[in-house]
Amino acid sequence: MKILVAVKRVIDHAVRVRVKPDGSGVETANVRMSMNPFDKHAVEAAVQLVEAGAATEIVVVSIGPKQSTDVILTAMAMGGHRGILIETEARVETLAVAKLLRAVVAEEAPDLVLLGKQAVDDDSNQVGQMLAGLLDWPQATFASEITVVDGGLEVTREVDYGRATVSVPLPAIVTADLRLNEPRNAALPMVMKARSKPLAVRPVAEFGVDVTPRLTIEKVSPPAERPGGKLVGSADELIAALKGELSELEAL
Amino acid sequence: MTVLVLAEHDLGHLSPATARIVAAAEQLGTVDVLVAGHDVSGVAAEASEIAGVARVLVADSDALAALAPDALVGLLLPLSERYTHIVAAAAATGRDAIPRLAAKLDLMPVTDVIAIHGPGRFDRPIYAGNAIETVSSGQPKQLLTIRASAFRPAATGNAAPIEPLLPTVGTVTKFLADYRTEGDLPDLGTAQIVVAGGVSFGSAEKFALVADLAKALGAAVGATRAAVDAGYAPNDWQVGQTGKIVAPDLYIGIGVSGALQHLAGIQGAKKIIAINKDPEAPLMKIADYALVGDLFEIVPALIEALKR
Repeated sequence: MKILVAVKRVIDHAVRVRVKPDGSGVETANVRMSMNPFDKHAVEAAVQLVEAGAATEIVVVSIGPKQSTDVILTAMAMGGHRGILIETEARVETLAVAKLLRAVVAEEAPDLVLLGKQAVDDDSNQVGQMLAGLLDWPQATFASEITVVDGGLEVTREVDYGRATVSVPLPAIVTADLRLNEPRNAALPMVMKARSKPLAVRPVAEFGVDVTPRLTIEKVSPPAERPGGKLVGSADELIAALKGELSELEAL
Repeated sequence: MTVLVLAEHDLGHLSPATARIVAAAEQLGTVDVLVAGHDVSGVAAEASEIAGVARVLVADSDALAALAPDALVGLLLPLSERYTHIVAAAAATGRDAIPRLAAKLDLMPVTDVIAIHGPGRFDRPIYAGNAIETVSSGQPKQLLTIRASAFRPAATGNAAPIEPLLPTVGTVTKFLADYRTEGDLPDLGTAQIVVAGGVSFGSAEKFALVADLAKALGAAVGATRAAVDAGYAPNDWQVGQTGKIVAPDLYIGIGVSGALQHLAGIQGAKKIIAINKDPEAPLMKIADYALVGDLFEIVPALIEALKR
């Protein structure tokens, strides 16, 4: 089995994001960047499939500025075999991302595409589903377990009521949720080794995809400020406040 | 303007999210509700009672039993021609189907909408709610998922006509099994009330106090990452930037310090109650009501008071 894993470079999830005063976006200058956490679970799943003998090759792809080679290197240090960066400085919407990934799928012919369930920057939760739609492949999103069975996969998915297991034939799209695995931290020798693995940096124009945004981002605002808190003196006072809130909820 | 709302349902009942989505969709135009599934006449009857619904379309088919996204999108594709907006809750069914449908229609969807400013202008949270993005779309058709907790539910008392469709869809996805989290606690992502506990409970046994309080309140249970990592709570209870994002009307954090990544997951909470022995904990600073004290004394007292 050949696996394509898509990874995104985002503001590190431990950084408190700040909205720019002019409302044009969030501050990204001098902010620590790293691989989208859900993508790490996708990479780990791919590596585990190779280690289990179920897959033979992992191709890592990312879309973004030159610096995105960092997250591809991280994925290759974890066990990816080679990388592709589709280089662009521009804002690329999920639809265009899905179309670019479709182009890579056409070149690489993977049996499985693994992605994170969503990126923690724009929180879109769209690309895996869109790529599946474009390719007319089955999708199993929010995966917490992947088992290879004869000619297909059994995927346990996180759903609103708990979990559900489905089977899908290959080729398929699977998006990773948190419980899928514990992503490894690549040891230094692996990080060094990753630098010698093939990494193709290709301009976005090469793929013949119109990446012009369809949506206009009018502004980015900070969330509404919370009014200052109120310290209550006793459990009884808290119970009274709680009961007040509950009757307000019931009235709705 | 005509809006198709994809109903969210489970175990033969309409999800409470749907009445909220209908209320939101009414801001956009005339609302039809689509109930897709197998043996869903009861769900359709519930949908027809929601105020503001013009028609309920019912697609009843074996292939739709597990609402596999390929089957659902096969159903939605021809229907979408008649509507300016296709809308679903940002929940299991909608999250899976709307982006897939959008790609088939060569459209950019807008997901997790929390405010509607016009037919093509919406607010959505980014960075786990630490910023709000206002987007406008000049596309001919809008495909949306909407965060149910951001809208008040529509009233009931309607009796909208129910019209059966004759779906001819198939799926390659086979449903094998479901695992339902034990008990009848509501889903964390759409719950009106969430009770969350932190690592200071000290053990899984003691963490059960959180679930006890949640039961008394009809609330969902959440946990901090530290509590999950310590093995006190299952992973699917984790609230935070890398766990579940919650937006309840009321969030009660017990022994929750309010680490950055946890706070990111509760940005959408309307009211916050915090109980902590440390008055300087970040959650205590932003709580609407904060009580300093021993959670092992306060929580049982709360449960007792609620039972009365």
